[in-house]
Amino acid sequence: MAWEAVIGLECHIQLRTRTKMFCECEVVFGDEANSHVCPTCLGLPGALPRLNAGAIRMALRLGLALGCDIRHESQFARKNYFYPDMPKNYQITQYDRPLFEHGTLPVVVEGEAREFALTRIHCEEDAGKSFHPERTGDRSRSRVEFNRAGTPLLELVTEPVLRSPADCAAFLVTLRRLVRALGISDADMEKGQLRCDANVSLRPEGASLLGVKTELKNLNSIKGVERGVAAEIERQRRALDSGERIVQATLLYDADHDKLAIMRTKEQAHDYRYFPDPDLPLLVVSEAELEQARASLPELPWRRVQRFVAQYGLPPYDAAVLGDSRELADYYEECAAGLDPKFVANWLMTEALRAVNERAWDVARWTAQVPAARMADFLGRVARKELPGPLAKQFIGWLADEAGGVDELLARHGVSVKGTAEDLRPIVKAVLDENPGPVAQYLAGKTVTMGFLVGQVMKKSGGQAVPTLAQQLLIEEMAARS
Amino acid sequence: MRIDRDEVRRIAELARLEIADDDAAAVAGQLSGVLDFVATLQQLDLDGCEPSTFAPADAPPREDVPGVRGLDPFAATAAAPESDEGYFVVPPVVENVNP
Amino acid sequence: MSRPLWKESAAAISARVRAGEITAVEAMDAGWDGPASLWEHDVHAVVHTDREARHAAAEAAPARGLLAGVPVLVKDNLCTVDYPTTCCSRILAGYHAPYDATVVRRLREAGAVIVGKGNMDEFAMGSSTEFSCYGPTRNPWDLSRVPGGSSGGPAAAVAYGLVPVALGSDTGGSVRQPAAFCGVYGLKPTYGRLSRYGLVAFGSSLDQVGIFARHAGDVATTFAALAGWDEYDATSRPAPAPDVSNWDAGVTGLRFGWPANLWANGVDGAIVDALERSANALERAGGTRVPMEFLPGEYAVAAYYLVATAEASSNLARFDGVRYGLRSSDATDVRSLYVRSRSEGFGPEVRRRILLGTYALSSGYYDAYYLQAQRARTRIRREYARAFESCDFLLLPAAPTLPFRVGEKVDDPLAMYLSDVFTIGANLAGTPGLSVPVGVTPEGLPTAVQLLGPQDGEGALLRAARAIEVNGDVARLPREHEVEASWPGKR
Repeated sequence: MAWEAVIGLECHIQLRTRTKMFCECEVVFGDEANSHVCPTCLGLPGALPRLNAGAIRMALRLGLALGCDIRHESQFARKNYFYPDMPKNYQITQYDRPLFEHGTLPVVVEGEAREFALTRIHCEEDAGKSFHPERTGDRSRSRVEFNRAGTPLLELVTEPVLRSPADCAAFLVTLRRLVRALGISDADMEKGQLRCDANVSLRPEGASLLGVKTELKNLNSIKGVERGVAAEIERQRRALDSGERIVQATLLYDADHDKLAIMRTKEQAHDYRYFPDPDLPLLVVSEAELEQARASLPELPWRRVQRFVAQYGLPPYDAAVLGDSRELADYYEECAAGLDPKFVANWLMTEALRAVNERAWDVARWTAQVPAARMADFLGRVARKELPGPLAKQFIGWLADEAGGVDELLARHGVSVKGTAEDLRPIVKAVLDENPGPVAQYLAGKTVTMGFLVGQVMKKSGGQAVPTLAQQLLIEEMAARS
Repeated sequence: MRIDRDEVRRIAELARLEIADDDAAAVAGQLSGVLDFVATLQQLDLDGCEPSTFAPADAPPREDVPGVRGLDPFAATAAAPESDEGYFVVPPVVENVNP
Repeated sequence: MSRPLWKESAAAISARVRAGEITAVEAMDAGWDGPASLWEHDVHAVVHTDREARHAAAEAAPARGLLAGVPVLVKDNLCTVDYPTTCCSRILAGYHAPYDATVVRRLREAGAVIVGKGNMDEFAMGSSTEFSCYGPTRNPWDLSRVPGGSSGGPAAAVAYGLVPVALGSDTGGSVRQPAAFCGVYGLKPTYGRLSRYGLVAFGSSLDQVGIFARHAGDVATTFAALAGWDEYDATSRPAPAPDVSNWDAGVTGLRFGWPANLWANGVDGAIVDALERSANALERAGGTRVPMEFLPGEYAVAAYYLVATAEASSNLARFDGVRYGLRSSDATDVRSLYVRSRSEGFGPEVRRRILLGTYALSSGYYDAYYLQAQRARTRIRREYARAFESCDFLLLPAAPTLPFRVGEKVDDPLAMYLSDVFTIGANLAGTPGLSVPVGVTPEGLPTAVQLLGPQDGEGALLRAARAIEVNGDVARLPREHEVEASWPGKR
């Protein structure tokens, strides 16, 4: 039987506020254990929570960007369960009155534009961290610390509208791009700033009812989500094909071994005893606050990609690559100002991004090392044919690894560019003198010989000639001689 | 509303409390008595009564600015029954569940 | 010197400290050397103190402020950096909070000296101060009787003269009922007026810090020193607190509700008598009696126990043996650590209420119990609001009985719960209430009445209390002549 996969995602987005959700401790990644804690985030007796207004402003940006219905009076609730990294043994979250409902994320999957419907987005606090050592010897202890406890999170839940691992990956890439563009999260999955669980079920193709679902946890990279979901779809398909029933369960994905392990089945499910947190007032969002959030929205990434196509005539693929991050898109637009946008796009996508990858850099490192003004100066010279192509490609490396302007780099590497006709004409004449055979062939109509002649000019100039100019001069000189 | 001993055990498990088998019946009896009493609420006419909330909505919000009431790792773990290098130490987590 | 310092009001002490006539240390030692030497051993009002800590506090206290040099005992569920904070529970044995509760901080800023921590029912769950891991407090008026609860220690300490002012907490009457049993004033302010930051939570939407004193004016002064917005408590109210400086302005023109149907049966005759005498005193002072039918009803008790226990079940989840407090020695994994530590650490009444609250929130019962109770609160608030349309405050009993005997109700939770019937309404509605002592019965037991006001109605309550104080029976101390005779006080 042909099966169709039905997938819903639950994403946790760690907000990049300065302080925690309900106390004034700084949010710091990877410092000394319990060095950013206070009575509130340690859950000490008598301590009380206070909502971080900055976190809510960030949340509003996301809700507006995704076109969610915004609840003007939402409510915090306690989710009660015992776990050592949960200081109060309840988590402050939102339950039946979340801040946002509905909304969609526009995603391009394999070239096709899709809109994935969302169920809700709500605000909550993160837990601390437990460290479970390998069990060795007769004494085994876990260690717990709370620097992360209370970090603001947004939980985003999709409708069961994704159909494939590729959908999941594209969804997450797009979401990551969005929250980065909004400046509300660094969304690095390896650092846990973006986390994702997937609910997976299969049903006969064409059916409208949902099958029994399993929940997949521990998916800590986009590749991990893609592979984990693929593995679970395959596991369920095999089970269903051999007549087994799917048992509702939570599974852990082990990315290192590409394996799934059942963590618990539904019988062990929790009773979280949600109730409104009496320590916190209703979260009231005024029209003025919404208006302010709306005004603070940057151009949304998918709109920018559309604009790159329309305004600069870029192919959709190029527009998507350059629009991948706010940083790269800003950089592109700065470099392209006053130059041919397609020419700049080509250079950035091929040469600059290659240099980034070769060095295992990120875009931020590149833009710091080669600011847009420096890059634009360089690209301008290439466009005006003041720098020959092969040299230009070598030049990218110099820009990346060394300091100094274009002229400084040329001087440092002892390069005098044979850029002008005056520079090149003697070389061209010499090449024609030295190669009477190929010249005759060319004049007899064998035009491919031109490549050989240009090559000779390049060689003689020490690679510093601009090939198009060399070709132009060769044609001129031969015409003058014949 | 009668609560039986199994129900008492289910609630005790949620609350992480131990109820000795000998006590379960007595506790069930006491809880049943209280629940019979609070059942008067079911008969109450509460039309138009939304659930109460008490926190005021007009308090100025906390701005996203670090404060001064933090504790250092020593103070944070000073009252801990067991700690090590600024960490709290607990026995192993057997129920491998972190929802 | 004519009058011993331990009999003085907080107002008199702070005036003399500010004037440089006496020091905070002298004001404090008066209570310890005098009445405490006679009473404390039997009454057991104080659970944590030590001479060095309280002397250090007295010496550090500034000789200025509304409460300059006034010794204050605070209930053991308010966090203090200089004494343990244990809620009189084994699960917090030896726990030292690393911070002061906001009200404690404000006491110190006003010049007060924290002398120690008062006994209480474990986690404030009880009405008799019998459920303390340190043993019960007894009523200084009759040692065979309870002082009421849960703030029995602070109430008894003020009653016998250890301190002129003490702080308690009132979730369902835990300040007003012990104040009534011990013959002192006990104010539960409007919800949100006194910060809960640093008050170990029982029922968060009901809890309020309360004030004990032997004089209405001292209640007013302490309220003025403590009330006001606290940015660390999101449930505290930012609008300015009511001005109570006119506590001595009399009651001319004030109308008091007289819901006599409430004490038609089941209320002790001595208390009915106290109500009549108080009403007469108020009328003599220019107040107007407004007879009315008022029925907060038994359903209020039901709503109260559901809300309080549900919130408590969640608030007390943090006591798990991981970060502080008791850890069972025979835990082998985290689950058994939780279960053993909590079962060994919590007493039977606390365990019982956690179970009830857990049940009320659990899947399938939430709507019928917790949600229904929160809706009932809305109805109760409306009933109170309606009553206050025709009067400025209500006069009613604080408790239906005189202090009962130690051990009398320990095994009957429901009977204990029902003794809160007159006090819980104010907690459910978030409105203020004040217990006012009205003399002593021929058998030597204190009687009291309760005044309930609308939100922010503390001013009228204190004016009425003062009128009863002047026109009726003044609060006095148990066996005060004996203490005076045995006291070496020549200071």
